[in-house]
Amino acid sequence: MARIAGIDLPKNKRGEIGLTYIYGIGKSTAKRILENAGIDLSKKVNQWNDDELAAIRGFINDELKVEGVLRSEVQMNIKRLLDIACYRGLRHRKGLPVRGQRTRTNSRTRKGKRKTVAGKKKAPKK
Amino acid sequence: MGRSIKKGPYVEAKLEKKVLDMTEGKSKKGVIKTWSRRSTITPDFVGQTFAVHNGNKFIPVYVTEFMVGHKLGEFAPTRNFKGHAGTGKK
Repeated sequence: MARIAGIDLPKNKRGEIGLTYIYGIGKSTAKRILENAGIDLSKKVNQWNDDELAAIRGFINDELKVEGVLRSEVQMNIKRLLDIACYRGLRHRKGLPVRGQRTRTNSRTRKGKRKTVAGKKKAPKK
Repeated sequence: MGRSIKKGPYVEAKLEKKVLDMTEGKSKKGVIKTWSRRSTITPDFVGQTFAVHNGNKFIPVYVTEFMVGHKLGEFAPTRNFKGHAGTGKK
């Protein structure tokens, strides 16, 4: 059972994929970690031995920001934008897209589930 | 794409001069009125109050050190969303 940065890694996945279960590590970072530790990318997570695990842990500890630390940094950055009341902060406050995307349609990820407005004319039948 | 670092931050020359006048005490007006929303806020601006034009009127913006690197226009919204017709009341 491989436990890194407080996260249980899936044991039947290739190392390159398994590492991406950690917040802050994507495929390219995972690749970099494994290459640095000299582990084959295709080696399954449950086949890592203790030395390899230690090498991976060491690399993540020394060079990367993951999980809680990273999450709080992101939150801090957003909070800064909120506090100075700049345009991006205002968009965060309203829960609308921040980077200039259209809002006439789409942007449901930010706006959430559609809220139906009473009394709005129905679109003509398609 | 971001602006080339080689060029440094963009600040309208006139505005920069006004700010320097203020910090060196040559001018005593409390607020710097400006239309230059596109100017980047530099560390010199900290502690000054700007009246930034939003196309209609001037919005007072007090500059703190966290605002450095943003543009003045980011702090003076140009749109005023009052909600859609029919929502709100009833």
